[in-house]
Order: sequence, then structure tokens, then C-alpha cells
Amino acid sequence: MININNLNFGYNKHKPLFKNMSMRLSNGHIYGLLGKNGAGKSTLLKNLAGLVYAQGGTLDVMGYDPAKRQPALLEQICFIPEEFYLPSVKIGTYLKANAPFYKNFDYGYFNDLIKEFDIPVEQKLINMSYGQKKKVIIAFGLATQAKLVIMDEPTNGLDIPSKAQFRKIMASAMTDERCIIISTHQVRDLDNLIDTVIMLDENDIALKATVEEITEKLTFKKVKEIDDSIFYAEPSLSGYNAVMPNYHQEESKLDMELLFNAILAEKIKFKPLFS
Amino acid sequence: MEFRDNKAIYLQIAEYVCEHILLGKWKADEKVPSVRELAVEMEVNPNTVMRTYELLQNKNIIKNKRGIGFFVDEAATEQVKSYRKQQFIADELPVVFRNIYLLNIGFDELENQYKTFVKENFNA
Repeated sequence: MININNLNFGYNKHKPLFKNMSMRLSNGHIYGLLGKNGAGKSTLLKNLAGLVYAQGGTLDVMGYDPAKRQPALLEQICFIPEEFYLPSVKIGTYLKANAPFYKNFDYGYFNDLIKEFDIPVEQKLINMSYGQKKKVIIAFGLATQAKLVIMDEPTNGLDIPSKAQFRKIMASAMTDERCIIISTHQVRDLDNLIDTVIMLDENDIALKATVEEITEKLTFKKVKEIDDSIFYAEPSLSGYNAVMPNYHQEESKLDMELLFNAILAEKIKFKPLFS
Repeated sequence: MEFRDNKAIYLQIAEYVCEHILLGKWKADEKVPSVRELAVEMEVNPNTVMRTYELLQNKNIIKNKRGIGFFVDEAATEQVKSYRKQQFIADELPVVFRNIYLLNIGFDELENQYKTFVKENFNA
């Protein structure tokens, strides 16, 4: 689906964001893209969607170079940005103007999603709350039936019931033909949806591994005391939340926040496990 | 569903399926929800449910009828009991034992509590 080879990119010559980054992504997965503020999550997504252009290396998305912005590729990409603008029109007009760009657009499915999200269809888009607007573009994006779905912080602005609806919708939208990439800081909203974690740090990919691989190699658990076997731990009410190598083939639940902090703090310890 | 923190999600979903079989909500030879249906209900990645179903197939608890879906095995209840028993003894019992020991709870008291519990919850 996606092949990134030695990607170089930066908004400023002296401050590169990506240095010789390479990665392959395939269909049938929901990738969770994690990284600190400014690590380049949104920028990587924009590179894939043809919104900014690689300065070195190659990007191959479904056989196309996204920088060429060919319609045949763009109609297969749904991009939900974190910041967006919606015009002062009602949903019907918005659809008439935008849906024809996607030849597989599913109007019935769009209406189902709008109903499920409880969107007031008679209201102008510009007058809706941020959360409502977000739900409109999520519904639109998924109704395009695009094979590559890119979402930048999709749960930002969603209220509590909408987050659960969003998770259900994504669970049903994930098919073997689709590749879904979600960048997020709100890992607790999405951690059970993500099957592969991609973590950006220091101009490169600090980790790319499936949840299965991670929990095969590492175990996440509460411990009373810290010893040398522990890679990283954070104090909690009943002791420590700890990450350590999975010596006893335990089947623990991945704690994505803990993993994130652990890798930022102790990258060298994790590297040999995931190379 | 509310997931606990201490166990892989795919195993927690396996427990959920087993529970439904033990309680007779899903009966032998009946179809179980599709991977996608269960993923939507649980709000998890379909690949996770697929992993659950693969595990349950290996334990002869459900079986895959190609092109139709997954069904509860005829002998599922027995298989679930033996699988759950193993899991319970390995994972949950040590925690219970630890508390019984620390709180110095006698077996007589436990037996009474257990009987009351069964009566109140299962009318047995």
C-alpha cells in the first residue's frame, strides 16, 4: 500500500524533520502514529496525502507518487486533518460540491453516519460546533470509500458518546483492502483500535511493531518494587506501572502511554528487541 | 465492554465468548457473531477478534464453517470449562489466595460466603 524510502523532509533547511526515513505500510491494518509535539506526525501524514512534497527519497502510495497529485490516487485517499475549514453551506450543498470527486462515494452510508452522529442537517456547516464539524468530515471521509484513510487527531473535540460511536465506526470501516493511519495523543481513546504502533522520534521511526509483537517481547504490569529487570516504571497508587522484557511469556495488555514514555526515556534498551 | 488492565484484550474477548457459552446464551451449533460484528460491539480492531477466534478454534470451542462463519462447537461447554479452569487456577486463584492469606480468612467463613453467593446469583 505505502512504501517510504529514505524520506527527507523539513520546513527549514537547518531543522530537518525526517532524515532517511523508510517504512512500509500495508492494507488490513489500523496504524497508530504516535510522537511528541513537533515530532512530525502531521507532516508525515501530509507527505502521504500529497499536501507537502518529499525533499529527498521516494514515496510510493498505491503505485503513485503523491507529490504528483494525480486524481486517480487522490480519490483513493481520505484525509481528516486536525485543523480544517468548512464553508457556510448546508450538508446537501457540501456533498454536491465535493462528493463527485470520489467515484465510489456512498451517499447511503454518509447519511447513516450523519444520523448516527446526530448531526443537524438543516444547519449551516460553519455554525456547527467544532465536534459536529469534525463528525461531518469523518462521515464524508469514510463515505468516499477511499482505500487509504488518514486521520490526524480524529477524537479531538468529540464528546464522550461520540468517541464510542467513532470506535464502533472505525471497527466496522477496517477492511482487508483498507489501510488506516491515525495519529493521536489521546491514546486511551483509541488504543484497542490500533493494531500496529508507529512512533516518531528524533527524525526517524523509533518503533514500528504490531501490538502482538510488542506484548510478545514486553510485559506491562503493576509491581510493588523496582528491580534491574524493569526497563521503565512510573509510580502509581499501588506501586509502579512497569515495562520489562517478557521473560515468562505473559500475555499482558499493552499500555500505550507507558510504552510511549518508556521509549522516549529509554530508547537504547528497547532498540535491540525491535530491530 | 469495560476491559481490565492486566490481560491482553484478545484473551479478555475470549473470556467474554466463553462466558456466553457457559451461560447458555450462545448454544452448541449456533452461529456466533462475525469478527466484524464483535469488533464493533467491543470497539476493538477486527484483527484482535480474529486472534480471539483463532485461539478458540484451537481450543475446539468454536469452529469455522468456510464461507458461512463461526459456530459454537458441539462439545464447547466442556472445552470452555477445562480452558477456563486452567486459566482460573493459573491467573486468578493466586490473587485470591494471597488475599485470603493476608486477611487471615478461615475456610469455614469462605464456604459460607461461597454458598450464599451461589444462592443469590445462580439460585442453585
